[in-house]
Amino acid sequence: MSLTLILEQSLNGLQFGLMLFLLAAGLTLVFGIMDMINLAHGSLYMVGAFLAATLVQATGSFTLGVLLSIPATAVVGMLLEVSVLRTLYARDHLSQVLATFALILIINEVVRMIWGSDMPLSAPAALSGPVQLLPGMPYSAYRLLIIGVGLAVAVLLYFVVAKTRIGMLVRAGASNREMALAMGVDIKKLFTLVFGFGAGLCAIAGALLAPIFAVQVGMGENILILAFVVIVIGGIGSIRGALVGSILVGMVDTMGRAFMPAILREVLTPTFASAAGPALASILIYVLMAGVLFWRPQGLFPARG
Amino acid sequence: MHRAFALVALLAAIAFPLVMQALDQVYYVTMASRILIYALAATSLNLVLGYGGMISFGHAAFVGAGAYTASVMIVEGLPSAWIGWPLAMAVSGLLALAIGAISLRTRGVYFIMITLAFAQMIYYLTISMKAYGGDEGLSLTQRSTLGFGLDLKDDLTFYYIVLAILVSAVYLISRLVNARFGRAIQAIRENETRMEAIGYPTFRFKLTTFAIAGALGGLAGALLANQNNYVSPGILHWPESGWLMIMVILGGVGHLYGGIVGAVGLLGLKQLLENYKIGWLAAMYPNYQQHSELAVGVFLLAVVLYAPQGIAGLFARRSKKHG
Amino acid sequence: MAENLLRIESLHKRFGGIVATDGVTLEVERGEVHALIGPNGAGKTTLIAQISGSLAPDAGRIVFNGADITSLPQHARVTAGLARSYQITSIFKRFSVEQNLALAVQARSGSSFGFWRPVASETALEDEARAIASQVGLAERVNAIAGSLAHAEQRSLEVGLALATNPKLLLLDEPMAGLGPDESQRMIALIHHLRESVSVLLVEHDMDAVFQLADRISVLVSGAIIATGTSGEIRANEEVRRAYLGDEITG
Repeated sequence: MSLTLILEQSLNGLQFGLMLFLLAAGLTLVFGIMDMINLAHGSLYMVGAFLAATLVQATGSFTLGVLLSIPATAVVGMLLEVSVLRTLYARDHLSQVLATFALILIINEVVRMIWGSDMPLSAPAALSGPVQLLPGMPYSAYRLLIIGVGLAVAVLLYFVVAKTRIGMLVRAGASNREMALAMGVDIKKLFTLVFGFGAGLCAIAGALLAPIFAVQVGMGENILILAFVVIVIGGIGSIRGALVGSILVGMVDTMGRAFMPAILREVLTPTFASAAGPALASILIYVLMAGVLFWRPQGLFPARG
Repeated sequence: MHRAFALVALLAAIAFPLVMQALDQVYYVTMASRILIYALAATSLNLVLGYGGMISFGHAAFVGAGAYTASVMIVEGLPSAWIGWPLAMAVSGLLALAIGAISLRTRGVYFIMITLAFAQMIYYLTISMKAYGGDEGLSLTQRSTLGFGLDLKDDLTFYYIVLAILVSAVYLISRLVNARFGRAIQAIRENETRMEAIGYPTFRFKLTTFAIAGALGGLAGALLANQNNYVSPGILHWPESGWLMIMVILGGVGHLYGGIVGAVGLLGLKQLLENYKIGWLAAMYPNYQQHSELAVGVFLLAVVLYAPQGIAGLFARRSKKHG
Repeated sequence: MAENLLRIESLHKRFGGIVATDGVTLEVERGEVHALIGPNGAGKTTLIAQISGSLAPDAGRIVFNGADITSLPQHARVTAGLARSYQITSIFKRFSVEQNLALAVQARSGSSFGFWRPVASETALEDEARAIASQVGLAERVNAIAGSLAHAEQRSLEVGLALATNPKLLLLDEPMAGLGPDESQRMIALIHHLRESVSVLLVEHDMDAVFQLADRISVLVSGAIIATGTSGEIRANEEVRRAYLGDEITG
């Protein structure tokens, strides 16, 4: 367990966490402002990845393909919002869960019909090599790019939410929807915009993570759970909470999987450690979530008072 | 009116395997057994979700726990159903008690999320159980044994046992919902704050309901493991909880036969789509049957948007109009 | 020894920067109707919530019938004889009037962990529920679904539910809310009739009702009690007139 390894895994955790943040940010906004549970959020992540893969192939450029996939996915998201999701805002949570679950099925199949079960998307050749961060410590250039983009988006989001008028409207809506409505905010347009924005963020995450996790139907389901865990930990409706939560989850999950078996081997018999290690590592974030809910049921940074 | 319909359905269910046997189509009996087992699972969820108003998104954990318990008993040389099945119920019930004790301290969406998270925990735990198959699952060389000359390997015998268990479960639930306990939990679902304010320790009632539903789900799991001669972590994956919820909503939340109607409806629909070619549809989209989940998704969306009470609810509304 | 039934000692509650309950000390004596009045936002409902047990105070003590109930959960306080009604009607809309009341009766007559015998067969519950329905003037409407009742009838059921728990002390939170003049008079008559068997802490805005019913009145302003006394004393109190009553008593 060298320092290099720890550093490397920390960076991996940061990288994963930042991408989770992109998903969680959109999800927490929709949840916080519209009070809607959207299980189909993971499907937008998948659609983003597929669109990116297609556009990269079509344009021959990784950068262009990924950049174009963002507005494309945003449009898909907004169409979805205007057609189906809008009718769910007024409904109870159970109906929302089921309707968006149905959307997952539909979108999975439509994607399968259009593209097939998976598509290739690899990192650009220029970034496929390692970068020497420290002497003796190479790190994937591509992963560094992800970290860079993730941090840039986080800063951009902070700026938009905290410093612009639209951001203020969004924050107002998250903390008190009725009040925002009473103040004359065009709620319908705001919702559609927020939704499209969230979809765009999903596309960034989907496209960037694709070379690492593969582009395939059903990729949304697994990451969706993690996104929900993040926003529950961070506090529903809070961007800051989503950031803290996702870094926390990303780190705990990555470091846990990397080091838990090794740690356990120090204290338990080898057979027991090799059985319990992976098990404990995968449930670590759920234990974290349960713990946070126990001590602070509203999450770490609740948007509503 | 419901009772007459239910009686007819029961008679049909009893006659069904005999008819299939006569037609030499015993495969359908296996299919029907599977549907009945899911009906039991959905009925158990209906207790928590429909009558109790608790949106548990982790019910698959209890079904799975029951399935694994029964399977482990078989594999470890204790195949008697008289041990394995009650044990499955006990394990699931206790698991539900533990999970419920923590989850029920939360409300609304947090409750949904935490039940989901716990189910995922159990899911990952079963994947890590290398001794019992890990993520490849566990094949069973035999089914549970019942004695009394009843061989569960025989599909007809298995079907009738499953049917008997389902009917008994529904009967017991019908007693429960009309008894003091049932009245209390339905009132809690209606207005929990006021129930506390008139002297009910609502937490205790909700937890008990959760545990009973978990135990019943575990029984369904034990039957499912027997049905498939196989158990794998896949039955604990969160979409499985989603499917169970769909059955309950489809069938009618809080209606006695809601779980049954939902399971029969959903699984029947899936079977229909996958096994019967619709001529004109096949002409346009030759591979349409591979995308049966699309149709299920559309159907489900339509039900949620236009018939929120589910299918059984549609019937309930109609019978109310006729007085 | 007219020991007080309810004694609240220095209750404190704040929400963030807002002090909702500011060192409230209050006593309700056995057999009295004690009114709690004050301007909107004074913290009356918050105080009721703390007394009934749905909200935990930050500091202070609540003694009921000689026992410290400060950390007792709400349902246990009901069992001890302390019940409340709500300002915003909180009934079981999809159940009938009789079933609503039967629920409260059921809670105090044996265990509700019965899984077998149908509730409908328990005629004792039904009889008692009907009796309470009569008491609150809903005898004609026992089989009506609660959600279909007129507003005034729902307010009667609201009080009836609290009454059905067989309390020693009733906390009534604005029972007159939304009632017209005739309906208010009926509610006043009901409460007047109840005082024979139950003590009452009455939160109300309707000063007519307050002066007709109250033995004593406490005035809550900005979370603190500024005066307690008989209606005569309160009417004459300068501070109260300034803070709250204003023209209401001269008119």
